[in-house]
Amino acid sequence: MTDTAKPLNPDEAFRPPRNQWWDVWDQFKTHRGALAGLAVFVSIILFVVVGPLIWQVDPGQLNIRLRNQGPSRDFPLGTDQLGRDLLARLMYGGRISVAVGLVAMFLGLVIGTLIGVLAGYFKRLDSPLMRLTDLFLALPLLPLLLILVTLFRDSLARTFGESIGVFLLICFAIAITSWMQTARIVRGDVLALKEREYVLAARSIGTPSLRINTRHVLPNVLSPIMVSATLGIASAIITESALSFLGLGFPPDFPTWGRILYEGRDWIEQYPARVVWPGVLISLTVLSVNYIGDGLRDALDPRIRGR
Amino acid sequence: MLSYTLRRLAFAIPTVLVISLIVFLMLDMAPGDPTGSLPLTIPLEVREQIRQSLGLGDPVMVRYFKWLYMMCFVEPLHILAGLTGWDIAPEGPRILSWQTRSPVGDILVQRVPQTLWVVGLGYLFGILIALPIGVISAYRQYSWFDQAGTFVSMIGFSVPTFFTGVVFILIFSVWLGWFPSMYDTTHVVRDWNSFVFQAKQIAMPVAVLALFNASQISRFMRASMLDNLNQDYVRTARAKGLGEKTVVLVHVLRNSMIPVVTVIAIGIPTVFTGAIITEQIFRVNGLGDALIRAIYVSDWPMVQTITFIFAILIVLFNLIADVLYGILDPRIRYD
Repeated sequence: MTDTAKPLNPDEAFRPPRNQWWDVWDQFKTHRGALAGLAVFVSIILFVVVGPLIWQVDPGQLNIRLRNQGPSRDFPLGTDQLGRDLLARLMYGGRISVAVGLVAMFLGLVIGTLIGVLAGYFKRLDSPLMRLTDLFLALPLLPLLLILVTLFRDSLARTFGESIGVFLLICFAIAITSWMQTARIVRGDVLALKEREYVLAARSIGTPSLRINTRHVLPNVLSPIMVSATLGIASAIITESALSFLGLGFPPDFPTWGRILYEGRDWIEQYPARVVWPGVLISLTVLSVNYIGDGLRDALDPRIRGR
Repeated sequence: MLSYTLRRLAFAIPTVLVISLIVFLMLDMAPGDPTGSLPLTIPLEVREQIRQSLGLGDPVMVRYFKWLYMMCFVEPLHILAGLTGWDIAPEGPRILSWQTRSPVGDILVQRVPQTLWVVGLGYLFGILIALPIGVISAYRQYSWFDQAGTFVSMIGFSVPTFFTGVVFILIFSVWLGWFPSMYDTTHVVRDWNSFVFQAKQIAMPVAVLALFNASQISRFMRASMLDNLNQDYVRTARAKGLGEKTVVLVHVLRNSMIPVVTVIAIGIPTVFTGAIITEQIFRVNGLGDALIRAIYVSDWPMVQTITFIFAILIVLFNLIADVLYGILDPRIRYD
């Protein structure tokens, strides 16, 4: 161990304390794919959030005389078979698709983290909760999602109104079919963390279990949670688009990317652009999120950091 | 090994039963009734009698056990009898599809071959492409081949199959006109020309599935190879003078295949469910297509059956993966 005997550089020794997230960011910056992914993802978010404020066209505005137009100054990407502006539809559709991705990811993360922490921290809950997780992993998820959406769409639409009801249903359905991986990862980490001395110290001064978990355990399992969050966004967006593509997602007047792709399919021979644009947007979003996830995984792994 | 397998099996059977109960109860609460599509002129009493004759008057649990019995015993025997010509089909009621009024087992027998061909070939080609790519990528880490391979697999992994499928149709069917965009199930292979047509129409769905599967498996293969390439036993093998080919293809590859084989086994059922989308794109009338159509028209017995079959496939292949892992890696058995 000759490395440790190296005399310390005085500047380095008196370096001011630094938030660990700056180290993570430094490592993240070296991953070129992740940086590109972040740039693309931010532009897509800007496109769907700020875009409609600049391009103020109603995506539901029918104009049967101007149907199937090619790109022009009034319609940069042309119009569809009912004369609706494709650019505006892509922006509003993106809002719904990205919102579903974020909300479903968040819900799935909350469920997964809760179950993971409970199973990892309390020995008595471990076995039943993990059996439950195994059971969910053995469920045929896509068929179940399809069934859930068909069964509860009408009743929820009646209670909360058409748009909110379907939105909530799809987010919940995606969340309860996607929390299992997070739960497993979190449980594994909590199992290891709760044996650490600082947790023992906290317990010995009488800290309640809830406080130990929120203050000492959860911050330390944040990195795997963040990685599975990014992957969760990607898979939630794909699942929502797949549901819409099968005609079992949002109703026709809500243009999500999957829905626009589904409707454009019938016109693929005459107007391929109608399929290509939403498809490219879905793929770019998922690709960028996956690259961010890759970069985060490397950046949050202290064994790699600083090399 | 036997006790390990038995322990796994002891967990698999209750899982299947619980899943069947969940699926049954969920669809039992569903609105929709087999008498809903009958003419309104039928009086209510007659309608009630029809419901009774279909077995809808019994309590939920009685109906569940009747369904489970038919699902696990009656339908498989009927299918077996139909395939072999033996006289083993039991008497009594069968699970009837509400939309066609024929037993679901008979419909499934018509649907399964298409799914098996498309999905099976897609998975097989996916594995055949993925393994060499993963091995070379890992052996020449950070080379241009590795960079290109990881980039392409990231794309194949991120682009959803419903978009790759549509792009394939656009390029190869609309612009180039090489392949038909729809799958003709009634086509029979008789001679060389009809075989060429069959190959052409199956090419695009298989390519879409193969691309998606290959990108997932090659990532696993690469990671697993990288884990093993730095192990001590590799240095030992090199130190005792073995050729590079032997070291990589015999020592490293064999050990790297252990997790990959189980991933491949676990992936088979998800490929079936994922193929629902591919079948919709290319209009292949397989199992997934039957499921989607049944959901559209609220044909719950059909939906229950297909979902249950998918569940059995998942549990079965998880079991196979566990047992395979136990055979390939003896350390696992002593958990």
